Formats: sequence, C-alpha cells, structure tokens
Amino acid sequence: MMPADSLAAYVLNGLVQASCLFLVASGLTLIFGVLGILNFAHAALFMLAAYLAAQVSAWSGSFWVALLVAPPVLALVGAGLEWGLLRRVYDAPVAYQLLLTFGVILLIKDLIKLLWGTAWKTFSEPPVFSGTLVVLGRPYPLYNVAYIGCVLLIGLALWAFLHLTRTGKVVRAAAADRDMANAVGINVPLVYTGVCALGTALAAIMGVFHGPMMNIHLDVDQDYVVEAFAVVVIGGLGSVPGALLGALLVGMLDAFGILIIPRFQMAFIYMVMAAVLVFRPQGLFGMRETRV
Amino acid sequence: MSEPVYRYLGARGALRRAMVGGVLAAAVLALVPAVVSPFQLLFAAEMLIQCLFALAFNLLFGITGLLSFGQAAYFGVGGYLAALALVHGWTGILGVLLLSTVGAALAGLVLGYCCVRLNEIYFAMLTLAFGQMHYAGARQWADVTGGSDGILRVPRPPLRLLGLTLPLDTGLAFYVLVATVVLLTTLFLWGVATSPFGLMLRAIREKPERAEFVGIPVHHYRLAAFVLSAACAGLAGALVVLLGHTATPEMLFWTKSAEPVIMSLLGGAKVFLGPALGVLVYAWLKEWLSSRLVDYWMLVMGLIVIGCGLFFRGGICGALAVWWSARLAQRMSYVSTRDPQPDQIVRPDDSR
Repeated sequence: MMPADSLAAYVLNGLVQASCLFLVASGLTLIFGVLGILNFAHAALFMLAAYLAAQVSAWSGSFWVALLVAPPVLALVGAGLEWGLLRRVYDAPVAYQLLLTFGVILLIKDLIKLLWGTAWKTFSEPPVFSGTLVVLGRPYPLYNVAYIGCVLLIGLALWAFLHLTRTGKVVRAAAADRDMANAVGINVPLVYTGVCALGTALAAIMGVFHGPMMNIHLDVDQDYVVEAFAVVVIGGLGSVPGALLGALLVGMLDAFGILIIPRFQMAFIYMVMAAVLVFRPQGLFGMRETRV
Repeated sequence: MSEPVYRYLGARGALRRAMVGGVLAAAVLALVPAVVSPFQLLFAAEMLIQCLFALAFNLLFGITGLLSFGQAAYFGVGGYLAALALVHGWTGILGVLLLSTVGAALAGLVLGYCCVRLNEIYFAMLTLAFGQMHYAGARQWADVTGGSDGILRVPRPPLRLLGLTLPLDTGLAFYVLVATVVLLTTLFLWGVATSPFGLMLRAIREKPERAEFVGIPVHHYRLAAFVLSAACAGLAGALVVLLGHTATPEMLFWTKSAEPVIMSLLGGAKVFLGPALGVLVYAWLKEWLSSRLVDYWMLVMGLIVIGCGLFFRGGICGALAVWWSARLAQRMSYVSTRDPQPDQIVRPDDSR
C-alpha cells in the first residue's frame, strides 16, 4: 500500500483531470442531449478559447481578463455555429453532422494558424494561486486545488440552472420533446441556440482554466475530443450528472491506471468505454431512448 | 438523393459487368505510368490504397448502413502484422498480404461481434472505442510495436510468383503490384455489393426492423459485412506499410478512421465507386489548393466540406445522379406525348 501523501497526490491529479474532462464533456453532452448533435468540433472550440485566452492575457497581463473575455466570445461563436450550420442538419444522418463539424474543425484550425501561427503558446495562472498548498505534508500547486473547486462550483451551478430555474425547465422540455415544447409556446430554435452557446462557453472556460497547465498547440484538440467522447458515453449520452461521474471515473483511471497497469493505461479508458457500450449502451446514467 | 435501382443481375450478368468494368479499369490503371513521373507514380499507388480503404469502409457505411468510426483499427492491424512479419524475416510478399488480410478479418470478427448489435451513434462510438484501444496498444506495447516511433525500415522483398522473382524496388514494379491487388479487391467488393448477399445488406440498411421481420438474420449479415470490410482495410494497411516502409501508431488514430468517412460522403456513399472518387477529388483539391493558397488551403477545404454537408447530401455522385435524372426527365417529357403527364391525370377525388 502506498503512503497516504502520495495517494493524496494521485487523487488530486485524478481530480484535476476529471475537472478538465467534465468541462468539455458537460458541454458536449448538453449539446447532444438537447440538439441531438454530436459536435466533433467541440474540442476545436476549446482550443480556440485557449488561444484567445493566451492572447488576451498577453495583452492585458491578467488571467482574469482572459477568463472574462474568452467564454462570452466563444458563446457567441457557438450561437453562430448553431444558427448558421447545425440547425440545418438536425434531421440529417449522423454522418452528415460529422462531415459538417469536420469542416468546422478545418476552418477553426486554419483560422488559428492565420491569427497566431504554429508556435506553441502558454500563459500563466493568476498570481493569487501561484503558490503551493501543503497536503498531508507534501506541497501541491494551489492553482490545481482552486481549479477543482471552481469546476465543482460550475457543476453545481449547471445542475441548479437545469433543475431549479424556469429557463432550465424550458431547456429540459425542449430536450424531452421538441414538437410538444414548440406547441406550448416555447421558442425552441432560441433554446437550441442558447444551449449551443452555453455548451461552447463551458468548453471555453475549460480552455482558460486548463491553459496555464498545458502547451497550447494546433493538435491539442485531438487528445481531448476522444476522451471527452469516452466520458460522455460512459456517463450516458445527454446526461449531465453522467458526464460528472464519467469524468471522475476517467480522471481517476488516468491517474491510477499508470500505477496499476502502466503499460495499458491509455487503453484502459477505452476498454471501460467499450464495456459500457456493450453491456449498457445507454450509459451509467442514461435512460433508454430519452435525452437529458 | 435517389439511388440507382440495383437489380440482381444474375450470375452471368454480374460477371459480364465485372469483366467489362475490370478491363476498362485495368486499361486506365495501365495508362497511368505512361503519363506521370516516377515520383507521381508512388503518389498514385498511395491514392489507390486510399481508394481501397475507402471502398472497404463503404461496404459497411454506404451499403450496410453502419457508420464505423474505427476502421483505422483494421487498417492498422493489417499494417502492423505486415511490418512485424517482414521485420522478422518473412520474405513471401503474398503470404504477408494474406496474413494481414486474415489477421484483420479475425480482429473484425471478434470486435464486430460486439458492435453489430448496436445501432447508429452507439455503433459509431463502440467502433471508435475499439479503434482508440488499438491505437493505445500500438503506442504503449513498445516491446512489440516500437511504441510511438512505430516500426521503421520495413523491407520490401521481391515478389515470388510461379517460379519467377520480380524485384519491387522500382516505383513502377510496386505500382503494378498495388494496382493489381486494388483492382482485384475492388472487383471482389463489387461482386459482394451486387450479389444477393449485397442486396440483403441494402435491405438491412434501409430498415433493419423490417429486414429482421422478413427473416433476414440481421446481426449475422452485418457481422459478415464487418469482417469483409475489416479484411479489405487490413489489406490496404499492409500495402501502405510496404509503400512507406514504416508502420506508425498514426495509422490507428481516430483521425485515420475519419478519412474514409469524409471521402465517402464527399464522393457519394450510395454509389459503389463514390468513395474512390471522393479520395481522388479530395487529393486533387488538396494539391491544387495548397499550391495556390499555401497557408490557408484548409480554410477553403473546410468551406467545401461544409458545403457538401449542407447542400450536396449525396456527394459528387449524388449531385451528378440528380442532375442526370433531371436531364433525363426533361428529355423524356419532350419525347413521350402519349403517356399522360402528372397534371393531366384526373384522379377520382378531383371529380367530386
């Protein structure tokens, strides 16, 4: 058995990974649950947010300005994406949604290349959180702990929004039955645009939060998109609590897999994903044939 | 988009068509070395292999109606098997190709067994999971697969056939091998697609429930299509390894699985050769755009792909078919004056 302090470090690392995955996956699952579209460009949008945040923090010299600017801008991009493209393929087969979002990935990547070039970008965490925290006698970056806490708050806020507010109820109604929601006077297209904006903003928040911990480059989306899909599938397509559970599971597998079976740590996540699909295709939290 | 009506041609009709198509295709392929440079010949060989991969994928997607998002797994299994066999001293090139095909088919049998029971998006996700699992395996099982470097310096032994030994070091010789293998496999796939078995697959694509109801064992047929598709993808993977002398984990990454999807949709998934057309058009567009707009060809390509997703749902072949049938209908309306036009038909309801 390993000592408690290194165990705590592994748990914290797993939680950081889970937080990052939850922010990407919750937006992805929300968009799938309501719009019925699997947005392959979701991670490209997160990458765009990370680049934007790096630029803004380079200009302003402050992480907080980047956090204030990037998510609203990306929410606008998401709304534009829904309004301009996605709403035209709601009834199309999955393959066309894939084709369309693949085209969006190409657009975003080249746009980034035009604006920022191919060099790696970095930006640093706010000075308030740049210290370390002592966890069981071992120093741990304060920023990571703050990150986990913030994501927890965001998750709670998302749950409260969906279940305690009138707007959240409208969103769930539009997800459950589009035609019926339309018939009782809900402006369904507006809800769809709003949800796409919200989901994209969540990915943007992840881009800003995770930015200081990684090198931002042009292929950074590829590593996250499939893990985000794994999270969404494990939790259940369209389920936000499922995304939280899935993110925790995958984050912990990432952190501890390297201890238990270092050779197949990467494959382990996909094994779990495959096992869930084979034995419980609707996911751990999903219900058969219903969304959100 | 309206699909051309597929009739079961009967064994003789299908054979005749296959022979005519095969001879025409062989003639075109034989002309290629005469008009392009040796370097471009290797490029042509790569295109042909991509065509084979896309056609193999489309047996599942366009014909059976299953969107696989992990065909790179079988492409990679075939490639890695070939690389391992060649590095460990195999010298029979046909044996290597056979090994890759059979190995990929076996992988397809085992994994496909799990996949074919799922529909639509869940099928796509499970194939994606299996594909990524293979990728992770290739990346991390470094003792065997060489890790993230892959297997380098794979030899390309001469072809030994009927007592003859034909070296394959020249671009031309290798091109001839690739063209022959791709042509034969394509004819085989065409035979599958137009056979009664292929018609059953189409019936399953249109409505799995109805197919089940009339007594088609849907899962068995889907699994058979899955195995065939995996086998051909494995063969394509082996050829790619022979071409580039390397097997890398990127052969198994999900972006590799996305390629045939995009190509098929671009060319037209419901027409047998549509995916091959997609591969050629995509490669040509990429070449043409990147020579003109060096830095932002992806931007234009993205717009074209989006346009295809929005407006040309049947891909290039679909758009051509629509245009052609509209022209045909127009011409028919001049010719046939004896048949009543739709607006001249008096329906019983109208007289009331």
